[in-house]
Amino acid sequence: MLAFDFFGATEGGLFDINATLPLMAIQVVALTYILNSLFFKPVGKVVEKREKFVSNNLMEAKNKLSEVKKLEADLLSQLQSARSEAQKIVSEAENESDKLYKEALELANNEANASKEKARLEIENQTSLAREQLFKQADDLSELIVNRLILEK
Amino acid sequence: MFFNSLPTNFAALEVGQHLYWQIGNIRLHGQVFLTSWILLGALLVFISLGTKKMENDPKGLQNLLEFLWDYIRDLARTQIGEKVYRDWMPFIGTLFLFVFVSNWGGALIPWRLIKLPSGELGAPTADINTTIALALLVSLSYFYAGLSNKGWRYFEYYVHPTPIMLPFKILEDFTKPLSLSFRLFGNILADELVVGVLVFLVPLVLPIPVMFLGLFTSAIQALIFATLAAYYIGEAVEEHH
Repeated sequence: MLAFDFFGATEGGLFDINATLPLMAIQVVALTYILNSLFFKPVGKVVEKREKFVSNNLMEAKNKLSEVKKLEADLLSQLQSARSEAQKIVSEAENESDKLYKEALELANNEANASKEKARLEIENQTSLAREQLFKQADDLSELIVNRLILEK
Repeated sequence: MFFNSLPTNFAALEVGQHLYWQIGNIRLHGQVFLTSWILLGALLVFISLGTKKMENDPKGLQNLLEFLWDYIRDLARTQIGEKVYRDWMPFIGTLFLFVFVSNWGGALIPWRLIKLPSGELGAPTADINTTIALALLVSLSYFYAGLSNKGWRYFEYYVHPTPIMLPFKILEDFTKPLSLSFRLFGNILADELVVGVLVFLVPLVLPIPVMFLGLFTSAIQALIFATLAAYYIGEAVEEHH
């Protein structure tokens, strides 16, 4: 038996090509169709469904995340404005109270000054009155003394 | 020729002997069909078990099958391109699975224990008929892919950068199936022969690393065959600008 006979007429050999070839080709083609309906289609359907599911969810999550970020920024700006407004109100109130305090203080000072002035004037009056009286009395006394001295002479 | 001087029963291997089936006028290599039917039967059982109850949260076999599907899709997509890979994925996947199952089945299952009247069981891909059948299918596919996608413009490919390429491109149409078939056939047959000879000479321990190497080669050959087939189809449907 010949072991190596390319396309040889004798049977056997490594390169013995016969009807096995087309039948094997038909078998492989049939296998392609069988595997397509048994394996590639169903598995592909499941895998692609899941991939779609995952990508949809991912997209949704991304959308939600961006929405959350937008809301967060919105809230943050609102917070910022509220904070600055509060600051403004507080400083306004502080100014107001400061002004009121100053006004009150000035008023009190004025009043105190006025009463002090009044008291001083009164004291001055009284003093000058007393001094006048004293002078008068001294004059009277001196006149009296003079008179007595003159009279006694 | 040079094999004639060697005894065909060299190292207890029966090289180039076949179990012939005679159907009418045609003769078939029975051992090739026997092993391929057993292996493909096992593959189909495995796949129908895995796809019996498909769930959205994959478990067990379904996981493995989905991994395989994803692997084949990636292979087809990278070689053929986004546009038409879907049409060719089952064919590429079938080639990969058929070659892989044949190679590994031939290497892993102790076929030697089953005695045949003539020839012996082994990897179906160690028979030149199988590999030529696969290679010719690939040739037909890429012609079909090119013609169905681009019509007569497919033949622009032959004169693509310059008309000087024409004879080389025509030659390529012959070398493609030739190299595809002989690469696979040679690798698997050589692996079987090496393991056979080593087992005959040193029946203990020593053949084991060679067997592992054979498993590695078998897997690589399946990948190479599927990748090249996909590449040829991709080349045929690619648009030149």
